[in-house]
Amino acid sequence: MQHKVIDTKDVVIRFAGDSGDGMQLTGSLFADMSAIFGNELSTFPDYPAEIRAPHGTVSGVSGFQVHIGSEHITTPGDYCDLLVAMNPAALKANAQWLKRTAMVLIDSDTFDEDGLKRAGLHNDDPIAELHIEDRTIIVAPITTLTHESLKDSGLDHKTVNKCKNMFTLGMACYIYNRPMEYIFQYLEKKFGKKKPELIEPNKKVLKDGFNYAANIQAIANTYNIEPAHQPKGLYRNITGNQATAWGLLAAAEKANLPLFCGSYPITPATGILEELAIHKNLGAKTVQAEDEIAGICTAIGAAFAGNLAVTTTSGPGLSLKSEAMGLAVMTELPLVIVDVQRAGPSTGIPTKTEQTDLNQALYGRNGECPMVVMAAHSPAGCFDAAFNAAKIALEHMTPVLLLTEGFLGNGSEPWLIPSMKDYPKIQPPFARPNAEYKPFRRDPETLVRKWAVPGMAGCEHRVGGLEKNHDGVLSSNPRNHEVMVRERMEKVQKVADFIPELEINGPENGKLLVVGWGGTYGHILSAVQEIRKEGQEVSFVHFDYIMPLPRNTQQVFEKFDRILVCELNSGHFVNYLRGVMPQFDYNQCNKVQGQPFLVQEIVSAIKGNL
Amino acid sequence: MPRYTFKEFKSDQEVRWCPGCGDHGVLAALQRALPDVTEALGYSKERYVVVSGIGCSSRLPYYMNTYGFHSIHGRATAISTGIKVANPDLTVWQACGDGDALAIGGNHFIHAIRRNVDINIILFNNQIYGLTKGQYSPTSRFGAISKTSPYGTVEHPFNPGSLVLGAKGTFFARSLDSELKLSSEIMVAAAKHDGCSVMEMLTNCVIFNDGAHKLISDREFRADRTIVLRHGEKMIFGKNRDKGLVLDGMGLRVVTIGENGVTEDDILVHDAHSENVGIHMMLADMKYPDFPVALGIIRDVKDVTYDDGVRDQVAEVKAKSKIQCVDDLLRSGSTWEVK
Repeated sequence: MQHKVIDTKDVVIRFAGDSGDGMQLTGSLFADMSAIFGNELSTFPDYPAEIRAPHGTVSGVSGFQVHIGSEHITTPGDYCDLLVAMNPAALKANAQWLKRTAMVLIDSDTFDEDGLKRAGLHNDDPIAELHIEDRTIIVAPITTLTHESLKDSGLDHKTVNKCKNMFTLGMACYIYNRPMEYIFQYLEKKFGKKKPELIEPNKKVLKDGFNYAANIQAIANTYNIEPAHQPKGLYRNITGNQATAWGLLAAAEKANLPLFCGSYPITPATGILEELAIHKNLGAKTVQAEDEIAGICTAIGAAFAGNLAVTTTSGPGLSLKSEAMGLAVMTELPLVIVDVQRAGPSTGIPTKTEQTDLNQALYGRNGECPMVVMAAHSPAGCFDAAFNAAKIALEHMTPVLLLTEGFLGNGSEPWLIPSMKDYPKIQPPFARPNAEYKPFRRDPETLVRKWAVPGMAGCEHRVGGLEKNHDGVLSSNPRNHEVMVRERMEKVQKVADFIPELEINGPENGKLLVVGWGGTYGHILSAVQEIRKEGQEVSFVHFDYIMPLPRNTQQVFEKFDRILVCELNSGHFVNYLRGVMPQFDYNQCNKVQGQPFLVQEIVSAIKGNL
Repeated sequence: MPRYTFKEFKSDQEVRWCPGCGDHGVLAALQRALPDVTEALGYSKERYVVVSGIGCSSRLPYYMNTYGFHSIHGRATAISTGIKVANPDLTVWQACGDGDALAIGGNHFIHAIRRNVDINIILFNNQIYGLTKGQYSPTSRFGAISKTSPYGTVEHPFNPGSLVLGAKGTFFARSLDSELKLSSEIMVAAAKHDGCSVMEMLTNCVIFNDGAHKLISDREFRADRTIVLRHGEKMIFGKNRDKGLVLDGMGLRVVTIGENGVTEDDILVHDAHSENVGIHMMLADMKYPDFPVALGIIRDVKDVTYDDGVRDQVAEVKAKSKIQCVDDLLRSGSTWEVK
């Protein structure tokens, strides 16, 4: 067979195996290595809810998809070019995601009668059963080869089995011409102090995997993915949850306030609490509360006491926090609530992504209860989103609800590291000690009240859930109530004067405007670019701010015949827009499967509207 | 520092509790205790924060001329925790009722105690929901008749004392709404205690549960049906100071000094600082008519506090870390340069 090296712009690789097979690690190593090589990339882990589901079953399959390219990459990719399937279940669960031209690498040692049975496959030819005979199937006895590679290592059977993923990673490195130095360094760092005896065996397996792939005749082509032309500077990989935590730390630094996070562990938001718990070095105080309600209530207490207060959660936790969110609105305290959305309702599908909490974010409280609602649009974008959420909360004395998504929280991408000198100062409207203080007197321009914190002499006052007048005295006067309701609403609306206007991607007018918000940004952008490649014109705007909307929203919408709103729910944002601006003609593209959009799904929706 | 009087702690708000409500007594006791606390601990007035949940007693912050937070039902303890952890220099007082702290807020209550957050919780126990006009509470006695239990409750009440001690409470005291002096004394001790202090105030709701504590609180027989415990003193009570408590096997027993050969030497001495929670539990559990109800400070032991723990850990990690600012953080770990 003639071996060819093919230059390609991008490839999508999916590593899949049992949830104990180390596929998340293998995938992230491949991604990190590619990032350092200079590729653009986007990743998406797709893991089961169970920590260790029954061995070899489809419900226990853990996957990690990575999309690398020499041009701008905005999504983890719809379908894959290479699927690594460590067992029959992994193959069965992922066969549907194969491109027509895909390669499949399987560990044939696991494709025995028992393995096929556990995966729920019925005959002894899984390739035929799954209708993937037309793909390039590379059958390798990976388990046997790993044991062969390490037969003189002195390692026990179990430890050798754990090295299988390095064998596959080595093979993938061969197929995509990846330099393995980064992985060597990683292994040295990981095992260096604790288990130095594992460094050389892992390196050996990795190299043997690479050489095996080079020697067998089954791999006809290998691929080159040139480094992308990225802006110069220092880069790192970052997940959305990590970026959210770091953005909050950055805001605390710029506000010169201690950061306080009161949270209860919940998938997929826990990573933010964990990340902040690490960063006590930057003064972050984390309280792992007894429940979701205590999470937000400790944060409200901390806000009253003058900290930058944060609570983090996911859908069901947001439901539990509703009443306390109302208290934060009523007391007009700065508070950031981060909701990493997941598939609902109720417990739903905890590890899967969705945008189905928007209605709850906008409307899910008793009484007239407005707050700022924002969304992050990419994993690294969570940094700025969290920073801005904190800035608005502190400067406008309001709770801010930041919506991210499981897709963003767990997904990662390379990030050109910013410098904090490029970020603005955060200046909360502190009261002056010993000056006359009336807690709900407002700045006439912004309607923001002053913040007097306990310890400030002469500003003693009471706040609470009961309606008050401007002086902070309890009042059930009907007119006063209406005034306060209106002012709380207008205060939130006036935040629009401090947020960026919408930027249109594409022409300023035309037949169709595609609209998105949150984590669908990359998919919509790719879809729009694909439509343009096919010679059609379409424009795109993406909302980072939902309540209030950017000031130019109406002006932008006016210039288009039709508006297509794409979101991972049954139409929350489109219905909100219909309520705010009923004069426009809205169409919608929705998906509620606990999965991100496929670019192709948006492409067809756009075509249907052109 | 000037010596404050109770007047400085009184706000300009009209007190709107019903005439004769037991809450008046607790408020007065607090306003009298805080000047003493201020003097003893060198606090200034702006360091006080009074937090409450929802219920009649939770109106208390409005009547105090301090920083105050009247929050939502059951959540006062979580809010107090947040305030104290955010700024351990503040001195946090909390007013909450039996429904607020033990029903809807039960979870926060036990966890604040478990963590030993340095807050002072005044638990107003009138054994009824007053603000919603007369439904039974988690401390209403078995069989209590109320609007939601017209045929009597069929559930056991909590004894707040055993709940606090069961949750590893480091400070528990009890008083009556009418015992102003004792209540103030307890409050001062609670303020001095580093950790979560729970003060159960047996209060009377004149409208919906009048006389709930009458059998022990009535002047006529109060001395015979209650015992005021003081650390280091004999557990003696009664109008004639002739009754006392002794250990009898695994339990306590009431004896009369001078009868059956019992002398004062046989009577137990109260040790509020004893680590052993067993006897404190028995004292907190004493019920009329078999026993006098224990008032005063039942338990007051030292332990590490949560807020100190959080603060110290931050300081410790900060001192050791190479990462001193966000720019350091962003550049930490695995990075690469695109040239």
